[in-house]
Amino acid sequence: MRENRTFQWRLLLRFGLLAGIVPLYTAAIGMVEVFNAREVVQGLLTLGEMLVVFPSLVVGYLTALHLRRDGSNPVTALASALVTGLIASLPVALLVLINEAVPLRGMFVNVTPALIKILLFEQEQMLTGLGLLIGALTLAGGLGGLAAFIPERFRRPLITGLVVVILSGLLSEFIKQILQQFVSRNALRQIVKGKSLTSQAAGAIFAVTYLISLFWISKGQDVKSWYNRLPATGQRQSRRVANTVLGLFLLILPWIMGPYLSEVIDNVGLYIIMGLGLNIAVGWAGLLDLGYVTNFAVGAYITGVLISTGPLGIGARLGIDPLNFWMIIPIAILAAMFTGFIFALPVLRMRGDYLAIATLGFGEIIRLLALSDWLKPYIGGAQGILFITKPDLPGLAELLPLADWAPSFVEMSQKKGVLNGLLKLLFYGEFSGPQELYYIILAGALLVLFVAIRLNNSRTGRQWMAMREDEDAASSVGINITLTKVLAFTVSAASGGLAGAIFASKVGTIFPNSFSLLVSINVLSLIIIGGMGSIPGIVVGALALIGLPELLREFSEFRLLLYGALLVVMMLVRPEGLWPSPVIRREMLSVEEESEEPPPSDKGTTETPQALHSLWEPTD
Amino acid sequence: MRARLYRLNWVDVVLNALRIVIIVAVIVGAFNTITSGKYTGDQWISLVMSGLAQGSIYALIALGYTLVYGILLMINFAHGEVFMAGAYTAYFLAAYSARQGWLESQPLLTILSWILVAALVSMGVAVLLERVAYRPLRGAPRLVPLITAIGASFFLQYTFKGLYGSAFRTYPEVAALKGSVAMGGAQIPIVQIFVFLAAVVLMVGLYWIVEKTKRGKAMRAVSENKEVARLMGIDIDQVIVFTFMLGGALAGAAGVINGLYRPQGVNFFMGFFPGIKAFTAAVLGGIGNVPGAFLGGILLGVIESLGPNLVLDGLGIPAANQLKDVIAFTMLVLVLIFRPQGILGERLAEKRA
Repeated sequence: MRENRTFQWRLLLRFGLLAGIVPLYTAAIGMVEVFNAREVVQGLLTLGEMLVVFPSLVVGYLTALHLRRDGSNPVTALASALVTGLIASLPVALLVLINEAVPLRGMFVNVTPALIKILLFEQEQMLTGLGLLIGALTLAGGLGGLAAFIPERFRRPLITGLVVVILSGLLSEFIKQILQQFVSRNALRQIVKGKSLTSQAAGAIFAVTYLISLFWISKGQDVKSWYNRLPATGQRQSRRVANTVLGLFLLILPWIMGPYLSEVIDNVGLYIIMGLGLNIAVGWAGLLDLGYVTNFAVGAYITGVLISTGPLGIGARLGIDPLNFWMIIPIAILAAMFTGFIFALPVLRMRGDYLAIATLGFGEIIRLLALSDWLKPYIGGAQGILFITKPDLPGLAELLPLADWAPSFVEMSQKKGVLNGLLKLLFYGEFSGPQELYYIILAGALLVLFVAIRLNNSRTGRQWMAMREDEDAASSVGINITLTKVLAFTVSAASGGLAGAIFASKVGTIFPNSFSLLVSINVLSLIIIGGMGSIPGIVVGALALIGLPELLREFSEFRLLLYGALLVVMMLVRPEGLWPSPVIRREMLSVEEESEEPPPSDKGTTETPQALHSLWEPTD
Repeated sequence: MRARLYRLNWVDVVLNALRIVIIVAVIVGAFNTITSGKYTGDQWISLVMSGLAQGSIYALIALGYTLVYGILLMINFAHGEVFMAGAYTAYFLAAYSARQGWLESQPLLTILSWILVAALVSMGVAVLLERVAYRPLRGAPRLVPLITAIGASFFLQYTFKGLYGSAFRTYPEVAALKGSVAMGGAQIPIVQIFVFLAAVVLMVGLYWIVEKTKRGKAMRAVSENKEVARLMGIDIDQVIVFTFMLGGALAGAAGVINGLYRPQGVNFFMGFFPGIKAFTAAVLGGIGNVPGAFLGGILLGVIESLGPNLVLDGLGIPAANQLKDVIAFTMLVLVLIFRPQGILGERLAEKRA
């Protein structure tokens, strides 16, 4: 009985098992093994081991924190943290034992001998390995528990420091690529070795972040109030300086990043363009469109047909000169808008879930038609359209009589580096690689961004938002719902067409399978995770969802799994998104406050009272 | 007032034009095909029969959509994945029992055990889904659970990809279900008859549970009015979990039956298309309506089976069978436009859709 009072067994069991499921799950789906190839800090910690050990650390911390808030004595709290760690180690230990008795690999393909070896910390002896595994997780729980005793002021910088070290460890390959251009090879070897950080670099990064974070916690308020006390002109000036710096940075970005990272940035840019477009329908007008890929496909295919020099291009088919990239942009946009308009008509009367499924149907219909033999003579069926030309512009070398000098100009700048690349682009105007195409994507994104910002504050933008809040109320104050909806779909389609045209010209060949449902899901996910209706949120969402998985190739295998999990977790924990628009945040919060109102016994009803202005239609 | 009338007419005109175009296309296509005499009567019969078999699988999955919608008024977008979970897991038992020779000695019992395992796994997945992803969101804005469901659907797909791998598996052949029966001049494979009968038995079982048992009564009460049902002492959470269990079990059983009918293509992605088609079936029959789901499933199966040959062929479209899924999706959109309440549904569906 006494034990029961000192140890809250139920709590420990729940926390421990929840933490134990993570290593079990990630091991069984193969994550641990794949991630193990990546060392975060050299010779110290791999990502795979982190997956196994980290949950115990976190749960030990949470347990101790919880118990301390409840007023347990420190020894109990610490012991509880240890016990939680121990419980957390049991599921995965059980997996090892069961696999020893009955090899599981016939069914669970990822329970490989290599995985078992990782779980046993490379020990030959099963028992030593198991002991080590259980011991390590228990210890991790205890360590986490200890962390709960550090005063708040020092704990926050500690966590920030750890997160930054882990992140830079994950991205060390790219840190290396960037630093290569500025730092000597020997110095580089001090920082990054192979694919991971050296321990001294990890230490340095940790120390620096720790200090900065500590400084920010103690002095952050002062800095903020200093900025707020600046006169209006001063604030405007500092903002202008910041914008100029940002602009310059965006201009030279691809040359700092190198070709591979530029490719990643290009993809992020394309998704930002699409995200800004879809946001009009989903975020502002409240129309959940799962068929956004339709517009992307139309833009890409019309570009393919009109500028390809291959057998399917109009050159070969009609004997007309293929158009060039710059002429195609408005055509692709208009074509996509027309498609958006056509597909909007049948779904005008649908709401919510039905709309989502109908648009999903459209997306699949388009893909299946593109794949079919029926349309093969026109758009190539499964073989797709080949030989799509890259954009080019008359460069300075052509415009000014510089043709003879241009090479020497380019030579004069360093072999590699920012100036060289920019000069080449200026003189020859060829958008041949990802670093050059970046400028087209940047221009497209800025254009769409401009349109989106202007629309957001326009009369039409407000009509969309009014319609999202309540269609009936909006129509009763004189908003033409039909027109507003059609307009939302049409305008939102435009940027899909733009992205499609750029995409087609960028990759040079298009296949129906590039236009699957996944594109729609990607765009939708980045909007939702960034924060629906929020323009900066879309940029954040695209960087997080499109950029990160491309950088962490280990992750890309589990990309959709993580998307799925993120969508669920996001809706459960933070439905307004990472960088919410103020309006949506207010609405989300008001809905939650309202639905928390009824007494606890009310659980299990869907008819909880809703705020008058709930987001989209309320349940009833 | 005039402006308003004009506005309504504009959309109606477009939609009616669409309706006429489709009806004309169907009639012209069917007329061309039939007058061309490309297919014999027996071929039509066998097409209808395979449509019935495929349709009864859709129907079993559709029941899960309909049950959940009837009670929670939400579309469980991840239901296709519930189906996949059962079918994929039971595959391993199936392969094992074929290797052990049980399938030869005790075909019926063995198949029953597959169905049992698949139903249990699917049930577990469905209940977990409800507990983790849907229950905390009851009363949230409508779009939120829908997005969660999309996320859960991807999460489940790639979880099973991680667990069982991405290879395409094939269910073992069942000797007892080989062969065919003559019907008129057409040869009907026994497996099609088995699939249809199994679906009917399960359907009748479900109907009995919903209409005759106390639990079923509670389910109907909750779907009628949750508040009042709670006042009558019904545990709503329990009823909802039971509903997910029923839907999951049927989806799992459908997974095995599907494996018997089409052994190939057992994969982590196998739930996606059947899921959407079953949803179409549920909407077609009238979502929230149990017999409707069955009717819708059968109807969709037959239309999908006949459509390419009867209509598209007649319109001169080559390789019409590639466009089978296009027919299903087009049906979905058309039903949502013209009769969102479905064949047997009440007007209610339209209001809440």
